[in-house]
Amino acid sequence: MISSDFDIVVIGAGPAGTSAALEAKSHGASVCLLDEQMSAGGQIYRNVENVTPALASVLGSDYLSGCSLVDGLKRSAVDHRSGVVVWSIEHDGTVIFSRENRARQIRGKHIIISTGAVERAVPLPGWTLPGVITAGAAQIMLKSDGMVAEDAVLVGSGPLLYLVATQLLAAGSPPKALIETQTPKNYLAALPHLFSALRNWEQLIKGVGFLAELKRAKVLRFTGATDIEIQGNDVAEAVTFHASGRAHQIATDKVLLHQGVVPNTQISRVLNLEHRYDRDQRCFCPVIDEFGQTSDPRFSIAGDGAVIGGAKVAGLSGKIAAINAVYRIGRIDKTARDQAARPLFRKRRKERAIRRFLDVLYAPPAFLFNPADNTIVCRCEEVRAGEIRQWAALGVSTPNQMKVHSRCGMGPCQSRNCGLIVTELLVKETCSTQEAVGAFRIRAPLKPIALSEMARLMETIYEVRQQ
Amino acid sequence: MFKTLTSATPQTEVAFEFDGQKFRAQVGMSIAAALILNGIQSLRNTPISGSSRGPYCMMGSCYDCLVSVDGLTVQGCQTPVTEGLVVSRVGSCYAMQTNGAEETYDIL
Repeated sequence: MISSDFDIVVIGAGPAGTSAALEAKSHGASVCLLDEQMSAGGQIYRNVENVTPALASVLGSDYLSGCSLVDGLKRSAVDHRSGVVVWSIEHDGTVIFSRENRARQIRGKHIIISTGAVERAVPLPGWTLPGVITAGAAQIMLKSDGMVAEDAVLVGSGPLLYLVATQLLAAGSPPKALIETQTPKNYLAALPHLFSALRNWEQLIKGVGFLAELKRAKVLRFTGATDIEIQGNDVAEAVTFHASGRAHQIATDKVLLHQGVVPNTQISRVLNLEHRYDRDQRCFCPVIDEFGQTSDPRFSIAGDGAVIGGAKVAGLSGKIAAINAVYRIGRIDKTARDQAARPLFRKRRKERAIRRFLDVLYAPPAFLFNPADNTIVCRCEEVRAGEIRQWAALGVSTPNQMKVHSRCGMGPCQSRNCGLIVTELLVKETCSTQEAVGAFRIRAPLKPIALSEMARLMETIYEVRQQ
Repeated sequence: MFKTLTSATPQTEVAFEFDGQKFRAQVGMSIAAALILNGIQSLRNTPISGSSRGPYCMMGSCYDCLVSVDGLTVQGCQTPVTEGLVVSRVGSCYAMQTNGAEETYDIL
């Protein structure tokens, strides 16, 4: 044995991963849960175990519902390792990670990947200026650092935009304005899906409540905004845009961008698992079955890392994936698996009922995928849309070729930001499809690490072999 | 600007340094958040054009908040600020090209 072996290794301790780890443990499996953050909860329940009363009142009951999950993990016998960065994963179930500059490797009979979502890139002119952050980033600062953005301007669309806006409001710091990109066309297109969404009326009411709160507080809202630019020399100073047939300018040094979230597919890509393009959510998703099983039987994906569904769906999917995993490793039989999963499937269907409605209503606007020539697409290597178009005109047809020629996607973020936009630009420029163009190839290390970490890992493996 | 929900007490306050300047923050904050709280938006200059960058995603995904701690380039949003921590700006190829300085750079 090279290092610690586990029945199940779970990567990511958000609602999906934590639920999966607890479920697998309850079936008597040995479980290791790896997480990048210092405490469990993922981004949605981030830092929930340390929440102050002042913060609790701002963040609301949905956030606090994460407490019981994190408490459950603390009381369990799950081997929870926090503050670790997973940087390699192999088909035989080997997972390599670093903690405090020291690398370790473990192996799982079955791996559950629950690395959640990342925010969709919003390549607008000026989006790289300091002071421009994602709406999610503002929420992270609220949860982890107890910090509230003052006089913020929120730009984009989606439920998170309203959630963050109402949380800022509750923290006594109303946003200066919401500049939204959805148009009356979005509302019309979403209407047919409203009936289905009513099955999850609790969520709909919550959404309506957010909008009512913003209205009561007289927060300025613009919809159907186009030509959005962030102005500033060295830092953000203002947002300019067109809405209702007029040009507007709003001064601010805090711009919060949001256009929905997309699955973080770094691990599923490094494993070369099968992916599909989701036309509703405008992103690539790993192909999974109803249990979360991927194209490689050793790996499952649960939560937003597979398909965007939110925290409740993620928790249920985590449980379902774990039940399937313990079946896979021979702890329960097929009948027991199906019986245990059935009520969870039912609950998940109800929670998912609202998704199509939200996806259509807050679909990212077409201009997002077609940035102006001088707009930066790849933040790391500062590659602009025009340069991508030039390479496409010269015959570059895939993101990997684009990387070779332009360095686009080659920086430390490994195309986490620009990946989907590069695919969309190539689709447009070469009159192709997302499936044909594909995505950047992802390689280990998934995150930049020091060479010394890799070198010391070899020492560790050698030492263990000597014993 | 940003404000804090709770004000610091002597027990929760930490002092740290960025680029030779002294700042205060609250225990538990990340370096990136601590600098933003102190009005520092620009944390580095890009190696290609030298333009200013600051924290963007705050979740370890974008690598725009890179700073240098003990000679190592780290993600400011993933590294907690601690009492007496000395943080500096990461070296930039751009600076090297324009200043002609001979230094070693630790670039990710």
